[in-house]
Amino acid sequence: MAEVLLTRHNGAKDSHTLAFYKSVGGYAALDQALNMAPDAVIDEVKKSNLRGRGGAGFPTGMKWSFMPKNPVDAQGNPKPKYLVCNADEGEPGTFKDRLLLTQHPHMLIEGMVIAAHAIGASQGYIYVRGEFYHEIQILNAAIKEARAAGILGKSVRGRSWKFDIEVYRGAGAYICGEETALLSSLEGRRGEPRLKPPFPAQVGAFGMPSCVNNVETFCAVPTIIKDGAAKFAAIGTERSGGTRLFCVSGHVVKPGVYELPINMNLKDLIAHCGGVPGGRSVKAVIPGGASAPMLRADEIDVAMDFDSLAKAGTMAGSGGVIVIDDQTCIVEAAARLLKFYEHESCGQCSQCREGSHWLARMFNRIEAGQGTTEDLDKIAQICGNMAGQTICAFADAVTGPALSTIRKFRAEFEEHVRLGRCPSKPEHYVRPHDHHASARL
Amino acid sequence: MIIDQHISQRIDELRPQFPTEQALLLPLLHEIQAKEGWISKEAMKEAASFLHLPVARVEEVVSFYTMYNRKPVGKQHVQICTNIACYLRGADHLLQCLEKRLGIHEGETTADGKYTLTAVECLAACGTAPVVQVNNDYHENLDEKSLNQLMDRLDKELLDG
Repeated sequence: MAEVLLTRHNGAKDSHTLAFYKSVGGYAALDQALNMAPDAVIDEVKKSNLRGRGGAGFPTGMKWSFMPKNPVDAQGNPKPKYLVCNADEGEPGTFKDRLLLTQHPHMLIEGMVIAAHAIGASQGYIYVRGEFYHEIQILNAAIKEARAAGILGKSVRGRSWKFDIEVYRGAGAYICGEETALLSSLEGRRGEPRLKPPFPAQVGAFGMPSCVNNVETFCAVPTIIKDGAAKFAAIGTERSGGTRLFCVSGHVVKPGVYELPINMNLKDLIAHCGGVPGGRSVKAVIPGGASAPMLRADEIDVAMDFDSLAKAGTMAGSGGVIVIDDQTCIVEAAARLLKFYEHESCGQCSQCREGSHWLARMFNRIEAGQGTTEDLDKIAQICGNMAGQTICAFADAVTGPALSTIRKFRAEFEEHVRLGRCPSKPEHYVRPHDHHASARL
Repeated sequence: MIIDQHISQRIDELRPQFPTEQALLLPLLHEIQAKEGWISKEAMKEAASFLHLPVARVEEVVSFYTMYNRKPVGKQHVQICTNIACYLRGADHLLQCLEKRLGIHEGETTADGKYTLTAVECLAACGTAPVVQVNNDYHENLDEKSLNQLMDRLDKELLDG
């Protein structure tokens, strides 16, 4: 197996402390970066082929280069620039932020300070999902240590440059993982996405130029600076460098976070996690978080990098790999996924607000054995009216599980329609979580 | 007064790091909920006046985020994830167990006000599914037995006050 770059010290005692992080070479990259011109830091990150680990896979160095150099307001006064970390982990199947925040908070802080130097930011925010109460305590303690050590604050490493980080606690809204919704939320508003353009690099947090990156993206920065972009780029593909934290959940023997080359083969990854338990086999895999279209068992011999999975008709997304075994009713699994999107649509765009609601109802109806063949076609029609029609990519995300499950497992859907019930359950089965199912049909 | 000296002090500490008053709204609501357990109309009015915002601004924010309780919840707020990864590893059965044990449906609070049971969407701990969050704490890798042990502990905590 290739080298582990970010999670080498997983499970080490006190890995969250400054003393530990320094003892394993932490913050050396920061001093290196501070001796480089900001543009040289950006160039190095560009050369590493690091692509955003949140889901979109946008080249990180390029994103940083979009930040204006010396922005001024209408009166000619300099505008502040903000650096924002997206730790609003919420894509079902994704659970790497928790590990990084609790075990390696200083790696995140170091990555952010380097990024702030590169883009010239004076204030950083880490937006953490609200449920991560204990994670926030650990992160705040690390920030306090970094302030006391002169890594954050009025004079970073004794220089005439101020940079500090504040943790902002979300309050339970999946959509805030979308970067413009996150910025709205950070401003104390409803987490509603904004139209782009203007992009956050021009008009971001509080109307100022802002750069938003994922936790894992920032955590990759110190190793890129310290060991050189070439080493990072040598892992992975020509267009996508480094290792990635794959989150494997569902029906595998050893679920967990695995740091592996970004172009790891999906089939091998599942084997690496001990395969499917109980001698059962894979029926389907969601390769990049709930929004990624499902792959059938015969489609999983594929590399996991952004381009390879896009070519396979799905996406690498957040790196959340959800394995579904052959005993699972795909219609029920799909209905469960659609229920998520119905719950999480922010309601701003009608196509998404209404569409996600209809889809959830229709999948529910089919699963309960009360669907019709026309429903199956209508689902495709609704999806067509959602994708690409809204302010943010949420509506597109809804169509991922909706369309892929029907296209790839159509026979199972038709079986539900034909039998008038779920073939894999007893005849009068009532789903426990959904007491109002009949009312919702 | 719901916004007491402790809360106002906490918000004052944050103020220099944010360029607007409204940015302090989410932190303020978290503080209020930590004290009160939920966000009442009265609390929204106080928050609005504290941050010089229209009450509607506060209401629209409170209603947007699922973590802000708009009615009182039990002393132990048991939130069980039933989304995809937890569902694949038996969350539905655990929810049934909880409903039976507490004698309430999902979304309800026990008559004695001790427990509220809520089915929630992804808690971002899918590798240790199924997951239940009780107040601020995650409980992971649960099965029927460990769930019942957890509930016994919570019962005892409530008894001990």
